[in-house]
Amino acid sequence: MTSVLRAVVVGGGMVGAACADVLARHGARVTVVESGAVGGGATAAGMGHLVVMDDSPAQLALTARSLELWEDLAPSLPASAEYRPSGTIWVASDDEELEAVAPKQAAYREAGREADLLDAPALARLEPALRDGLAGGLRVPGDRVVYAPVAAAFLLERSGAALIRGKAVALDDSGVRLAGGQHLSADLIVVAGGIGSLELLPELPLRQRKGHLLITERRAPSVHHQLVELGYLKSAHASDDDSVAFNVQPRPTGQLLIGSSRQFDQPDSGLDWALLRRMLARARDFLPELGDLAALRIWTGQRCATPDHLPIVGPHPQRTTVFVATGHEGLGITTALGTAELLAAQVFGTPSALSAFDFGVERFRPEVAHA
Amino acid sequence: MPELMIEGRAVTVAEGTSVLAALQNAGYRTLRHSRSGEPRGALCGMGSCHECRAVVDGRIVRTCVTPARNGQRVTLLTGDHAD
Repeated sequence: MTSVLRAVVVGGGMVGAACADVLARHGARVTVVESGAVGGGATAAGMGHLVVMDDSPAQLALTARSLELWEDLAPSLPASAEYRPSGTIWVASDDEELEAVAPKQAAYREAGREADLLDAPALARLEPALRDGLAGGLRVPGDRVVYAPVAAAFLLERSGAALIRGKAVALDDSGVRLAGGQHLSADLIVVAGGIGSLELLPELPLRQRKGHLLITERRAPSVHHQLVELGYLKSAHASDDDSVAFNVQPRPTGQLLIGSSRQFDQPDSGLDWALLRRMLARARDFLPELGDLAALRIWTGQRCATPDHLPIVGPHPQRTTVFVATGHEGLGITTALGTAELLAAQVFGTPSALSAFDFGVERFRPEVAHA
Repeated sequence: MPELMIEGRAVTVAEGTSVLAALQNAGYRTLRHSRSGEPRGALCGMGSCHECRAVVDGRIVRTCVTPARNGQRVTLLTGDHAD
């Protein structure tokens, strides 16, 4: 048998590109279907923060392994991917937050990532632009930043995948149908279309979660790490209400990228000025000098969230040729490479420690069964 | 008619002139340079593109949406502040 596996990946964002790359490296002939620009959706809207997160053991394993894979990939990336060793500092506003940092540090170290506790003077020394009176923080020096649309385009090009500009409108056992009527035959279909995956697989338990980002002019206060408040974890995942958190990233141009906001089920791309004001007030509370700075651009994007904030990576329970790789919420850039490794483990039986965790569609079985 | 200082030179313009138009009347087409050294000037002319930024009375503004006023001091962006 010399037949080559024909794979179609729906979605040309960071996750789709990583999946196309891994499939091609295992010998598949890959076609990617993308209706917009490569990396033009959630991939371009985000910060490109490569961050280890420890909300759950599965998330810690996925993000930590993904950071290792990014390290391996880094030497191949073009300079325009702006892969940078920024590190992250999780900022503690008060002693209570600082006390909660110790288990986080232990979890990171167990996952093979460096993490250093900072007391208040150490934090002020590393990030003098932060306001006085903060309690300290946790520095994770191995975290990184990347300009994701370039990284996605690079992986797609490296994969040698054929890129079809079109809209996938239906899946069947033998392939993918496009809006124009064209049918792409496939032995394997990977649905990696972010929130757009719902158009093909409406039974998936996905919700869109809108976010706002702002980039300042240059001459921003000097910031050396990606700075995130520890309260982010509460505000990011705690409830269905609109939320904001302090999350800023220094750009090499002397600008700051300022986030972050979360809103469920706001499908439009418009700006919510009241929420934006809250988000900026939050940022200014940590970086007082921000008040003197002008914004150059503000935009929004749609994260694709699941009920347990873990992505869905695995075979579709009812469709034998279909695999799913979506639902990465705010971590799609970080975890794209781990997602691809896990996909390869499922499709080709290659080894991955991530297989020990349940990222499958069927963990949401009641919702899936209703479809 | 407002009289403003552009790069230290006194310039008089008609009422209702934008700072961008005042700059262009004074012969400045290249307003700044990008980080990689490319010349930059007004592109959209309506406040969207941010390409026409310059310093007016100590603040970086979009010159196309900034009215020229009597006594303004206008300087071009240079060095670390250009982008």
